[in-house]
Amino acid sequence: MLCDSCHERDATVQLTTIQDNAVHQLHLCERCAAERGVETTVAAPKHPLGEFLHDAQQQLAMPNGEGLRCTFCKTTMADFRATGRWGCARCYTNFEAGIRELLRRVHGNHRHVGRSYHPPMSENLERSAVLGELKDRLRRAIESEQFELAADLRDRIRVME
Amino acid sequence: MTVDLSLLPDGGVGWLDASGAHSDIVLSTRIRLARNVDGYAFAARARDGERLRVLAQVREAVSSMPMLREAVMYRLDELPPTSRALLHERHLVSKELAGLDVQHPLRSGAAVFLADSLGLMVNEEDHLRLQSLRSGFALQEAYAAIDKLDRDLGTRLPYSYHNEFGFLTACPTNVGTGMRGSVLIHLPGLVLTKEIGKVLTSLQQMGLTYRGLYGEGSEVVGNFFQISNQTTLGRSEEELLDQLLRVVGHVVEREAEARRVLLRDAGYIIEDKLWRAYGTLRYARSLTFDEAMNYLSGVRLAVGLKLISSLSVYTLNKLLIFSQAAHLAFAEGRALTEGETNLARARYVRKALEEEAGSVG
Repeated sequence: MLCDSCHERDATVQLTTIQDNAVHQLHLCERCAAERGVETTVAAPKHPLGEFLHDAQQQLAMPNGEGLRCTFCKTTMADFRATGRWGCARCYTNFEAGIRELLRRVHGNHRHVGRSYHPPMSENLERSAVLGELKDRLRRAIESEQFELAADLRDRIRVME
Repeated sequence: MTVDLSLLPDGGVGWLDASGAHSDIVLSTRIRLARNVDGYAFAARARDGERLRVLAQVREAVSSMPMLREAVMYRLDELPPTSRALLHERHLVSKELAGLDVQHPLRSGAAVFLADSLGLMVNEEDHLRLQSLRSGFALQEAYAAIDKLDRDLGTRLPYSYHNEFGFLTACPTNVGTGMRGSVLIHLPGLVLTKEIGKVLTSLQQMGLTYRGLYGEGSEVVGNFFQISNQTTLGRSEEELLDQLLRVVGHVVEREAEARRVLLRDAGYIIEDKLWRAYGTLRYARSLTFDEAMNYLSGVRLAVGLKLISSLSVYTLNKLLIFSQAAHLAFAEGRALTEGETNLARARYVRKALEEEAGSVG
């Protein structure tokens, strides 16, 4: 493919720009790219998110990406594009198909193989919340020298622990 | 309210004690895990009330955890900017959590729990950032500690986890293991022999990346580099750490080799250059941060090469931390202008070197 600018040399650089919310693509040779301030021999570390956001941009330009909104935190693809951050865990389900492809680009993979995790049972959580409250009450009872109440609370805590 | 760092057993700088392996080249090892508490929007998207509820839930969980029972908690959202800067300069909280990053204003519910070498930031970009910080090159020890903390905390709080994607994080570059291992390393030999470019390029080919002294977005000063894993997904924690361990080990060898070459081929030039750095630090009346960092880098190399024998790596490590602006202002007990900071820095460095001078030379 020939350079879109000089129409002489081979295009080796694909330049994507956003102007007035429209995506423009230019195929340039190295020299014309350099003239536009595009560095082609980059030595600095390339942040993977750059490419990722570029892809998110592309996806947004597709009819399907438009208007999708996370059901929990209301984040849209446009929000993600602006910040590079998802709004909540549910975003990962709501934008799942796109995310899978994008994670593959960022990490070279989309499947977690590290340590697996099961959240604690809600009974445990409730138990820990109740325990926390009892301990709090125990502390206050001791502070206010209500020793009978404190003894009672301590017994209840012992049973639960 | 100001921050009282005396609450921390070692002021939170135990990792500076130069005790780990290769401590003349590797300053410290840090591993952090990003986690979110299920049921809330991520910290940047959450409302004030949600973030405060997250903090309350974390406090409750932490109160019964043996590993964090002695932890000191600081509410960043209740501290003045000078105290937040102090915690940041001590590498105990990130710039974002300290509200010092123009893009991220201070958040309600921003807090940190600190206990020995472990830290737990709350309401950073993710609800939880667990970190383990060690002196020298100590990836395995740092991971063992952070993994234990993570497993315990994960039974007391429900983390956001996806069967396919792993631990879910605000930024997609952290998803999966949520783990970033980084090694703070001093590479003056590779910089002086101009080998550094090749080394950094090969790091990237190996799936690693590098940053400056203060992590993401910070510039490289004083030849200090933080080398860390780039990807967090698709490989296990052990594989990621093993890769980092091998590559950093290799970089340490290359640095040691570069230092040998320097001494062999340009001994007196190097010796002169490093003593000049020492002389400047010892006698200058005003030092900018970058100047101090660069001269300290030279002196550190001189100590590593055994050209200066009576100066400890520990003193040099401390100088890196305590010669920063917020620390100097804290020591002087008042806000300092930039000019005053440079004067105070030179004074502080002079005094520290004088105290250790004894037989130098």
